[in-house]
This record gives sequence, C-alpha cells and structure tokens, in this order.
Amino acid sequence: MHLIADRLQKKFGSINAVAGVSFAATPGKILGLLGPNGAGKSTTISMIAGLTTPDSGSVRIDGAALGTGAHPSKRHIGLVTQEIALVEELPARLNLEFFGGLYGLSGRSLAMRIAAVLELTSLADRAGDPPSEFSGGMRRRLNIACALLHEPKILLLDEPTVGVDPQSRNAIFETIEALAGQGRTVVYTTHYMEEVERLCDRIVIVDHGRVLADDTLSGLLASAPVANKLMLKYDLPPDAAALSEIKTLPGVSAVNLAGMELTVSATNLGAAAPRVLERLAARGFSCQELTSRRANLEDVFLALTGRTLRDT
Amino acid sequence: MSSTFIAFRALVRKDIAMFLRDRRALLVNVLTPIVMAGFFGFLFAGPGSGGSPISRMKVGVADLDNSALTKAVFESLNEDASLDIQVLPEAEAQQLVRSGKLRAAIVFPAGFESAATGALVGMGKMPDVKLFYDPSQSMIRPMVAGLLSQHVMQRLSRPNFIGNSRPIPFNVDNIAVTTGPRYNSYAHSFAGMSIQFILFMGIDAGIALLLMRQDGMWRRLRAAPLSRAVLLGSRAVATTLIAMMILAVVYLVARLVFDVRIAGSVPGFAMVAGAFALLAATTGLMIAALGGSVGATRGVAMFSVLILVMLGGAWVPSFLFPEWLQHVTEFTPTRWAVDGLDGATWRGLPLQAAFLPTAILLGWSALFALIAVWRFDWEDG
Repeated sequence: MHLIADRLQKKFGSINAVAGVSFAATPGKILGLLGPNGAGKSTTISMIAGLTTPDSGSVRIDGAALGTGAHPSKRHIGLVTQEIALVEELPARLNLEFFGGLYGLSGRSLAMRIAAVLELTSLADRAGDPPSEFSGGMRRRLNIACALLHEPKILLLDEPTVGVDPQSRNAIFETIEALAGQGRTVVYTTHYMEEVERLCDRIVIVDHGRVLADDTLSGLLASAPVANKLMLKYDLPPDAAALSEIKTLPGVSAVNLAGMELTVSATNLGAAAPRVLERLAARGFSCQELTSRRANLEDVFLALTGRTLRDT
Repeated sequence: MSSTFIAFRALVRKDIAMFLRDRRALLVNVLTPIVMAGFFGFLFAGPGSGGSPISRMKVGVADLDNSALTKAVFESLNEDASLDIQVLPEAEAQQLVRSGKLRAAIVFPAGFESAATGALVGMGKMPDVKLFYDPSQSMIRPMVAGLLSQHVMQRLSRPNFIGNSRPIPFNVDNIAVTTGPRYNSYAHSFAGMSIQFILFMGIDAGIALLLMRQDGMWRRLRAAPLSRAVLLGSRAVATTLIAMMILAVVYLVARLVFDVRIAGSVPGFAMVAGAFALLAATTGLMIAALGGSVGATRGVAMFSVLILVMLGGAWVPSFLFPEWLQHVTEFTPTRWAVDGLDGATWRGLPLQAAFLPTAILLGWSALFALIAVWRFDWEDG
C-alpha cells in the first residue's frame, strides 16, 4: 500500500512541532525518517498512525484519507512505538493474544498469527515467559511482534532500537528487511544515521519540523556539497604554509587542523590522498597515523543545517 | 566534611527538593490532616466549646391514649431543644425507624394516663410504653428513654404535687426495629469500609490509565481501530466487574466470619452494589481525565475520596453530624451507597428501598462519565 503524507502541520501551543512535512512511502521499500531528537519525527508518526489530528495536511493510504478512532483504514497500519508498550506481568504469548484481540483476531487465526510472529522475531522458545524476564533486545522484538499480528500492510517503527545491543539491533534489522521483502511499506524513524544508511531505500531528513532532504542515500550524498575525509595524525602538526599548499591541491575542498589531527576533505580521495601525503612529507611532516572514510549522512546533515546530528 | 556526609546530605536534599517541588501533592499532604482533624474536632466538640450545635434527634410519637397527659407530654417533648418530634400512627413510626428516617419512636398505649397516674401512687399495674429504636444507633435508646421519663415525670408531678423522687410509673419496652434476625454491628462497618476501599481501587484504576499514557501503552491501544467508547467503556466495565468481585468476596467473608446477612432484598443489594461499582469505575475515569502528574493526582484523589467517605457516614454514623451537615451528605454518593447497603443488609429493607440509592448512584456515575469523556485528552502531545 502507498502511504502519502502531504504537507502535515501540527502545533502544540506556540511550538511548531511539524511544519509542512510531505513524503511518499511505497510497498516493499523502507523509508527512513532521520532527524535529531525534537525534529518532529514522532509527531509525524502520530499523525500517520491516526493518533494525532494534523492542524492541516493529510495522510492518504492508496489514495484514501486516513481516519482516526475506529476508522477501518487504521487496520492497515502496524505501529511500533518508541516506548515498549507491553504488559510486563503477562507472558509473551498472552501479550500477543491481547494485542491480536484489539484487531479482532481470535481462535485459530490468532494462534496461527502468534506462531508466525514469534517465529519471525525468534521468540518462539520464550513465548511462556513474561517480558520482565527478557533482555532489552527481546522486549523490543516482542514490541514489534505485537504490531505485526494483524498483518498490516504499512509498518511504522518509531525509534525501535533505542537501548538495544548491536546483536539484537541486527536481529531487528533482519526482521524489518524481511517484512519489507514481503511487500510491506515500512516507515522507520531514527536519529542514528548508521541505521538509515544500513536499512533504508529512501531517506527523509527532518529538522525543526521541516523536511530538509528526501532522496536515496546515493542521491543525498551526490546532491549535497559533501566530500570524503582523510584524517592524518602528526607528532608535529603541519604549519600554515603547508596547510595553504594542501588547500591548493587538485580535488581538495577543505583542510582543517585540530590539535595534532589534520582532516582533508576531497571529492576523489584516491587521487588526492597520495598528493597530500607527498607534499607534507616533502615539507618534513611525517604522518604517524592515517584513516579515511567516505562521506556519510552526518556530513549531509552538517551541510544542510550547519550542525551535526550528535550536536542536537 | 567527610565525603560520606556530603553524599548523605545530597541524598537528603534531593528527597526534600522533590517533595517540595510537587506543589499540589505538597498541598494535599498538608491539607488532608488539617481538614480531617478539623472535621472530627468540629463533630465531637461539646456545646459552648465552639463546636456544632447538637443535632435534634428525630423521634416519632404515636399517641394511642390521646389523653391530657400524653398531649402535655407531647408538648413538653416538642419544646425540648434536643428533639424533633413528629406525631405518627404506630405502624408508620415503626417503618420510619426501620428505614433510618427516625432515630426512635415512642408509643403511648391506650389508658396510659390512668394507669401511670395510678402506678405513681402505688395503685395498679404500670403501663408499658413501647420505644422503637434503630439498633445501629444504640446510644440513642437510653437518651430517648431518659428524656421521656423526665418529661412524663414533670407533667405527672405538677397536678399531683408529688416530688420528683417517686419511681417512674411506667415500663419502657425497648424494641429494636430491624427486619433481620438481630442487629449486627459489623454490617455497617463492612458497608463503610467496602465503599472506602473500592473507591481507592477506582483511584488506582484511574492512576493506571495515567501511567499507561506515560509508558506508551495508551498510544499503542489508540493505534488500533477502536472507538473512544470502546477504549474508555472497556476500562469502565473492567473496573466495575473488579469492584463487584471485591464486594462479593468481602461480603462473603462478612457472612461466613461475622454473620453479616442480607436480611432485606438480595436483588436490592445487588442493584446498589452494581451501581456503586460503576460509580467507582467512573470515578477512576474522571480522575484519569482530570489528572496531571501521577503523584499529584493520587494525592488529590485520595483527599477527595476520604472526604466523601467521611461525609458518607462510613467512619462515623451520619446521624452524629449536625443537622445541616446531614442534609449536605445527601448530596454525596457515598452516603447513598452506605445507606443502600445498610438497608439491604441489617435493616432488612425490601427491593423498593434500593431504587432511590441505586438511581442516585447511577446519576453520579453518569455525571462522572460525562466529565471523563468531556475532559479526556485524546491527542498525543
């Protein structure tokens, strides 16, 4: 199912939480909503899930407007909330029975769905245990399983990996990829750029309630004025004359010296790196440590906002 | 200063700062003991000590003698500042005592004047005056009997020029008025305490809803295609059923261990219990709708329930209240719940007697539910 958010706006008092957010999510693809805390991601998800009425704008599912309350269109949506919404005292299976019941599932069909989601989230062997005995990652997976019982065509995941260890995070990613592979439309919010880089087919960057960019990862990297980085550590930092010379080398877009570490930004790292090292060595500056990395979403966000994601 | 002391001081400071920070909870913590102490002090203060004026006891008089003496005694009783006398037929007087509307009723038998006058000078048999009394208010009986003796002796001694040292020339036939086999003082206690703690349970249900909003569960429930009526209605029904289960277990124990019986109408008891259970549930919903922080809401709700329970007569029978306060308590649902359960248990009242308390409890429940739906914040934000 196609999900379209069209110029969504929401104010809370004088705070403009969402100021005209638009995007389109398509079946079989994962759309990432990336932004710092307070960017308006969760409010946007609330509006898409029919929990919050937009002040203006609309949400459409296959062309039909999304309703609130008991509107049947909400049945197409599975929401994984940022908070782990489970009944801690009840075993996992009873939690699943409860959430399945909310969507009218019962009897044999409910039992089959519970078995399927337990299998998908690798929790079948712990179905009899209460979430209070689970690890953080297992609780997150059960939280996801609860949202999948009614086989939603659209899955909304609001920061589903908060507080999860890397191994569990990978397990969650694999689950999400499997769900997208089944043709589901997935919207994934996070403030971790590594997650959208790893998972998402399309990335919407939001900040202060506005969409700053909406493209694929390669599209974002190509369109933004960002460069790959070469990081060089010296015992004796290069002097001003050396830095001036490096700046003039072909392909080098920026040079930044912080303490003993020199960062050189270059569009073509392969061509620029040997020249930089050669010129500095010629001036008597011997490199002690060298690392490089390609441009990433952090650089895109920095280019778009002047801040890093981690600063916000 | 040692590092241990500094750490200790920091911990103490933090706790005090947190306590002082929640102004509403702080206010309730201070206000609750003041209001409670003030109320009981006011209630039990004697006349002249700045307390409440003594409540006039409602006492019925059935005069089957219709003599000059009984009329004079009636006039004398009527002038007594502590009594509120109503002249009634015997059967009606007995019924009003049974339903708790009169504290006691005096029945002068036919031939009372001649028999009492004769007995005063040692001639003939002493007449029997019936004194119907409410067994739940046992201290009323000696008070009324004493006042009756005083006024009869005053009237008898005047025309006969006899001193007051003569023995009282009549017998008082004390008759506890209840349909049940006998009065059981536990019955009222169980009604009062059940009501108090079921209302506390209602508060907990409301607080649980507030916590659900905090921990994301409410958001998750709202994501399902469910109407507001289903979401709030299911909660009200669940709490109502839990309240009814608690009442059933409490009264089962009361029956088995304390011999508290439903001497009146069982359907009447069920009606009042069901209506009160619904009241507890809608109280919880209203608390969830009006509440802010969990701590402050819990404090305000507990304070409100304690006041309601106190005014409802669950702790101290409402007949001990000043008359104006007794009228005020008629506007509290707890008073009707206590009266309704008392009526069905030890008072042994019929089904009809449960209609009014049930209707009033349902009315309050509807009001609380309306406030809850009206004020409930459905939006995330």
